[in-house]
Amino acid sequence: MSFIKSILGSAAAVALTATAVLADPAIIFDLGGKFDKSFNEAAFKGAERWADETGGSFREVELQSEAQREQALRRFAEAGNNPIVMAGFAFADALSKVAPDYPDTKFAVIDVNWLDMPNVRGIGFNEHEGSYLVGMLAAQASKTGTVGFVGGMDIPLIRRFGCGYAQGVKAVNPNATVIANMTGTTPAAWNDPVKGSELTKAQISQGADVVFAAAGGTGVGVLQTAADEGILSIGVDSNQNYLHSGKVLTSMLKRVDIAVYEAFKSGNNLETGNFTGAVGYAMDEHNASLVTAGMQAKVEKALASITSGALSVHNYTDDETCPAVSF
Amino acid sequence: MDVMPKWADVVLVPLFSLVLAAFLSALLILAIGESPGEALKLMVQGTLLRSAGWGYMLYYTTNFIFTGLAVSIAFHASLFNIGGEGQAMMGGLGVSLVCLFIPWPHWSLAIVGASVGAAVFGMIWAGLPAYLQAKRGSHIVITTIMFNFIAAGVLNFFLVGALKPKGSMDPATANFPASTHLPTFEDMAQLLGFEKMFRSAPANVSFFIALLACVAVWYLIWRSPLGYEIRALGKSGPAARYAGVGSVKIIMITMMISGALCGLMAINTTQGESERLILNFTEGAGFIGIAVALMGRSHPLGVLLAALLFGFLYQGGAELALWTKIPRELIIVIQALVILFTGALTMMVRAPLERLFLAAWRG
Repeated sequence: MSFIKSILGSAAAVALTATAVLADPAIIFDLGGKFDKSFNEAAFKGAERWADETGGSFREVELQSEAQREQALRRFAEAGNNPIVMAGFAFADALSKVAPDYPDTKFAVIDVNWLDMPNVRGIGFNEHEGSYLVGMLAAQASKTGTVGFVGGMDIPLIRRFGCGYAQGVKAVNPNATVIANMTGTTPAAWNDPVKGSELTKAQISQGADVVFAAAGGTGVGVLQTAADEGILSIGVDSNQNYLHSGKVLTSMLKRVDIAVYEAFKSGNNLETGNFTGAVGYAMDEHNASLVTAGMQAKVEKALASITSGALSVHNYTDDETCPAVSF
Repeated sequence: MDVMPKWADVVLVPLFSLVLAAFLSALLILAIGESPGEALKLMVQGTLLRSAGWGYMLYYTTNFIFTGLAVSIAFHASLFNIGGEGQAMMGGLGVSLVCLFIPWPHWSLAIVGASVGAAVFGMIWAGLPAYLQAKRGSHIVITTIMFNFIAAGVLNFFLVGALKPKGSMDPATANFPASTHLPTFEDMAQLLGFEKMFRSAPANVSFFIALLACVAVWYLIWRSPLGYEIRALGKSGPAARYAGVGSVKIIMITMMISGALCGLMAINTTQGESERLILNFTEGAGFIGIAVALMGRSHPLGVLLAALLFGFLYQGGAELALWTKIPRELIIVIQALVILFTGALTMMVRAPLERLFLAAWRG
């Protein structure tokens, strides 16, 4: 009986995807988990904001294994969830297999902007530009002329952060030293606050007095150690200024939350293609005392010339080289 | 008679352990405010009542059969192979080298080549600790578990270095050529005329290789002279030596077969599912193999049944994560409870159960 029901059920689900009636959106977090205080959490916040504003509900899942990527995508698509948002570049492979099978479902994927499919919205970010801005702030706040960068997993995307940051630092102070370290070479590097803390201590001993963490959950350890040791830190992805009020110089914002929120909001009318999401730096009551009006004016000027095209920040992933720092 | 008959020992003890684990899991699910009945229903519906659910369950089962057999064959020689994880990782390396660098004309040849590659790499990785145990007396538990870490390092080295395509962000090899892709259950169902069966599920022909391995291990252990020597050494080392069984030789051979079986797991995950070598593809199957072997009493049939149970738990757990608010950490706790009761605590259950059973038996 219920076997037949489930067959009918899946037939109904197929019919549903064709018309997409009452489709709740869905979001799939990466293996790092949704409460990483950074990338995944920004995505979660965007989804929450949509739910709060519309009173709607959404499906979500945190993955446990690689084999589940494709499974979660297909199960949500078959259940009629639309659109389906994925947080992380690691979904690119699974999505390119799944998307053609569900032409009436819209997919949005963060940090992937090279898929060209009729029902996929890819959202990339110009992380090098956002990092350039916080790099300028770091150089202005630094007294020693030495600043640090702690990356998560050593992939071109994170090197893009580090390279933009170093360019921003050098733009303010050409003689500054940038120390760049990566936490690891595997996905475990996204969630290793202890190692993040060790790297920060090592950079402090080399004279760094501002450290930028672009390392997901690992960054929590970087920010903590910087606060404990009395130096400044810079958060990433989400606004992390509040984590240690008065000790976090700023956060490089990658507005994953806006990307998710907008994808959820447009529902089935989601525009597909490859888009560029917003980046920026965070100013709030927690860092108002750290960033002077003069510092901010300089950064705003640079932001304006980036927007107008007068200033171009070198993108590491264009040619896998960086003029400002070596990794 | 003061022991249970064998059938009762084999059937009742695991069953009762399972009921205990299920009961505790139900309490946990209640405690976080979800309904255990609903959870069980979701797990059964998402796994047993959908052909794709079976496809995922049998995919996990295939892994557990290989690692479960590997651990049980070592158990027969009184060796505790805790290094299944590392042996499987090396097996994956073997599979990917064979698939990437040899131009295979057809999958049926590729799977033979990949199996040989997986088995040889797994064999080498188990052979080194076996040699240290046999010749130098280094304890196999310590060495095999250390070799897991070394294997993870070696895999990492290749996946962020030589085997990673340039410019790729994933620590993974390039995709294997299409001619090495194994037919999945979906492809086979289509051949038989069933459309939409096992849709996009990862189970593939390596499941049948796992079943063959069950038969082969059964034959080896209970029907061959080598199996007799393995069991003799396992029961009593000095007695076996007195009877002329060379312990160095048997330890080496047993561990190498065990490592080869673990390595074979990689044809399922690497060649069958991801079709490229990724980090973490073993997903703990090497350790689950220990629970599978304990629950299956080191008998291939028991291993098969226990592997099916764990396959069900893995796929059922994925369903819970998809459709409920039960956090993934709790799903791991539930899986761990089953391992704890069926694997580690069998003795705790057996004694009282035996007393009860005998009291009832005698009337």
